[in-house]
Amino acid sequence: MTERLRSDVAIVGGGIVGASAALALRRMGLSVTLLERDFCGSRSSGVNYGGVRRQGRSLVQLPLTQRAHGIWARLPELIGIDAEYIRCGHLKIARSEADMASLAAYRDRSRGFGMDLQLLAASTLRERFAWLGERAVGGSLCPQDGHANPRLVSPAFARAAARLGADVREQTRVDELAHDGKDFVLLTATGVELRSRFLLNCAGAWAATIAEHFGEAVPMVPAHPVMAVTEPLPMFMNLSLGVEGGGIYARQAPRGNCVIGGSRGFALDAERARPSRDAITLVLRGTVELLPRLRHAHIIRSWSGTEGYLPDHEPVIGPSAKQPGLFHGFGFAGAGFQLGPAVGEVLAELVQGGASSTPLAAFSISRFSPVPAPATST
Amino acid sequence: MSGALQPVIVGAGPAGIRAAQTLVRHGLRPVLLDEASKAGGQIYRQPPDGFRRSGKALYGFEAGRAASVHAAMSAIQDGVDYRPETLVWNAEGGQLDLLQRSQTTTLAYSHLIVATGATDRVLPFAGWTTAGVYSLGGAQVALKFQGGSVGERVVFMGTGPLLYLVAYQYAKAGAKVLAVLDSARLGDQMAALPALLQQPAVLAKGLYYVGWLRSHGVPLHGGVRPLRALGQERVTAMEWRDDAGEHRLDCDAIAFGYGLRSETQLADILGCRFAFDALQRAWLPVRDGAGRSSVSGVYLAGDGAGILGADAAEWAGERAALALLADAGVPLDGESAARAVTLERKLARQRHLRIGLERAFPLPPDWAAQASDELVICRCEEVTAGDLRATVKATGATEINRLKALSRVGMGRCQGRMCAAAAAEILAQCTAQAIEQTGRLRAQAPVKPIPFALAEPKEPL
Repeated sequence: MTERLRSDVAIVGGGIVGASAALALRRMGLSVTLLERDFCGSRSSGVNYGGVRRQGRSLVQLPLTQRAHGIWARLPELIGIDAEYIRCGHLKIARSEADMASLAAYRDRSRGFGMDLQLLAASTLRERFAWLGERAVGGSLCPQDGHANPRLVSPAFARAAARLGADVREQTRVDELAHDGKDFVLLTATGVELRSRFLLNCAGAWAATIAEHFGEAVPMVPAHPVMAVTEPLPMFMNLSLGVEGGGIYARQAPRGNCVIGGSRGFALDAERARPSRDAITLVLRGTVELLPRLRHAHIIRSWSGTEGYLPDHEPVIGPSAKQPGLFHGFGFAGAGFQLGPAVGEVLAELVQGGASSTPLAAFSISRFSPVPAPATST
Repeated sequence: MSGALQPVIVGAGPAGIRAAQTLVRHGLRPVLLDEASKAGGQIYRQPPDGFRRSGKALYGFEAGRAASVHAAMSAIQDGVDYRPETLVWNAEGGQLDLLQRSQTTTLAYSHLIVATGATDRVLPFAGWTTAGVYSLGGAQVALKFQGGSVGERVVFMGTGPLLYLVAYQYAKAGAKVLAVLDSARLGDQMAALPALLQQPAVLAKGLYYVGWLRSHGVPLHGGVRPLRALGQERVTAMEWRDDAGEHRLDCDAIAFGYGLRSETQLADILGCRFAFDALQRAWLPVRDGAGRSSVSGVYLAGDGAGILGADAAEWAGERAALALLADAGVPLDGESAARAVTLERKLARQRHLRIGLERAFPLPPDWAAQASDELVICRCEEVTAGDLRATVKATGATEINRLKALSRVGMGRCQGRMCAAAAAEILAQCTAQAIEQTGRLRAQAPVKPIPFALAEPKEPL
């Protein structure tokens, strides 16, 4: 028995991008059907580290991240819960003078985007953040960055969209999709035939399949960031922490659990990922170095997810170069959580008027075409 | 080929020890890993050095069995690479991750026997997190390990054979057993009698404990529903109701439990396929009659893959080891083929007999419906039944991992080992689903909490 549906917009993928787009589109009055293979916000959008951070992003992302910053400020009004979102500040530490110089250069280049970055000397760090390990020779603080609970935020965007009338279908895998010259036609494993004028490809690490289906292959590869969490501890981290040049990152949730990310896990199968022992070991070791007081604390759980990475680590956001009516929003290279709500708005603008008020040129899918070199990868 | 064989056994309880014994007899040198400091498992736990209590005092009717299992372990001491106080916290790519003396190491295996045992199945009641409230198994361990008692005036509550056994052991050891409060009714046991009669030894032991308790003036009540444990810093009284009305007993300790649940996290991390077992109301790793899991080279034995009791664990450990030997191409000794058939027959019979026990001591079917909104389900994360119901209502969650993500239930230090069974019951009740439809809580490394310092490079002492 086929259930026939029709809406202005079909969205594939109920992560934070797809769900935010659904919410924004409903606020514009368009009809929306969102199809999610699993549960909304249960993949990377729900299992990421939870950093809500602008600092450190590439310059081309700054208008978008600043737009997102404004949306996060209205989170409870948008999704009905505060989702443990805190603007406690994000500190990026330097472990060498060279790293410190690169933090200073970033501050200079990123001026004008409202981040208000403050370079802190080692003595200031010791004074203000006595819990930091000895490795930090300085750092850069973004006072209004912070963190949130991704398990709560991302599903709440989908629920908010549903409350405004979006037809959100979970556990609904898309098996076939095509454009018949007039409409997109999507068939699901659950027997739904959905026709729509517009299609949003928000399928995260699995979005390349959809792009390729419409003739625009992208060189996206999956990878699996690793997270671990401690039992609840007395509050001591009054900000979210990162390391210039890479390494671990850490925050303390309001309940007291420290969430620590770093390194990469491995794929169990096409859908599931798991931390590797080497990744867990690296995270543990890096934590003791960065946060010595956790030496005798315990991790009680570790996890990973599946994220899509393009060669330049920038996402694809914008119209398809091949199929009118198709818009992409994927490939966030492990840093899409903060951007997600803004990407949703941008996609809605594109559907409504064909253009966005936020510059998107750097994220165009056509940057990967024509494919120049012969294929060498597997 | 046996030169390349490196069998590893996780768990030195009755299943693990019999598995090790069987492998040693066939010329292999297994690694035997165990969290405890001495072999024997929970049921045949040995006291620390310097404690002298007789086997009869420690293990009662099971003293002979305990002695036999301990003797088997002593006899193979030189043939086994036995590593006590070792936690297996993860598995990946044919290697186990071990935590031993605050250091992590890896251990490769060619074949793995998982004999991880069981813990109490907990169904919370109001006040269950008050100091002085113990699980039945915990109360028994205190007695077996160091001859300690959880209190001087103890109420025993819940259901299952362990309820009467531990009450009996406490009374024998000199504690004042104020009452045994069984959620099952005499009628349940009468209905199960035909099935129980098929295992006269089990029935006789049960009747003996009941008779002994009764003749020593311990009140036994059936059809009991707990109301609450009272007390601020420590429990001072237990209140309950039965058909006759509401009751109260002043006490300084309560031990409770509703049967056992399998420790399946390692099997899950190893990728073993699970199936729902309606009799035990639990998702269990699938094993064939010999103990082979769905993963080649991984075998499951004992209560860690479904509750069948200590005797069956011994048989399952031996049977799994024989399967391992056969799969590895090790020539079996003359009696082994016949022995394998006998063991499988005994195990099959035990599974059949288990039906009688489950019928005699059913889980209280109305537990979830009666659980008040204030009742703490997940004590690590302080999640109440009301929190779970509100989450379901607000989010439409129908699946247990989803409920965990949204409510924190099972996210704490025990990773759901204590609360998952109860949380699934609440979820099934408030979504009007069958319990198996709520899904299975996925295990994530570490199996138990591990310290950050374990990854520090070793320093010379």
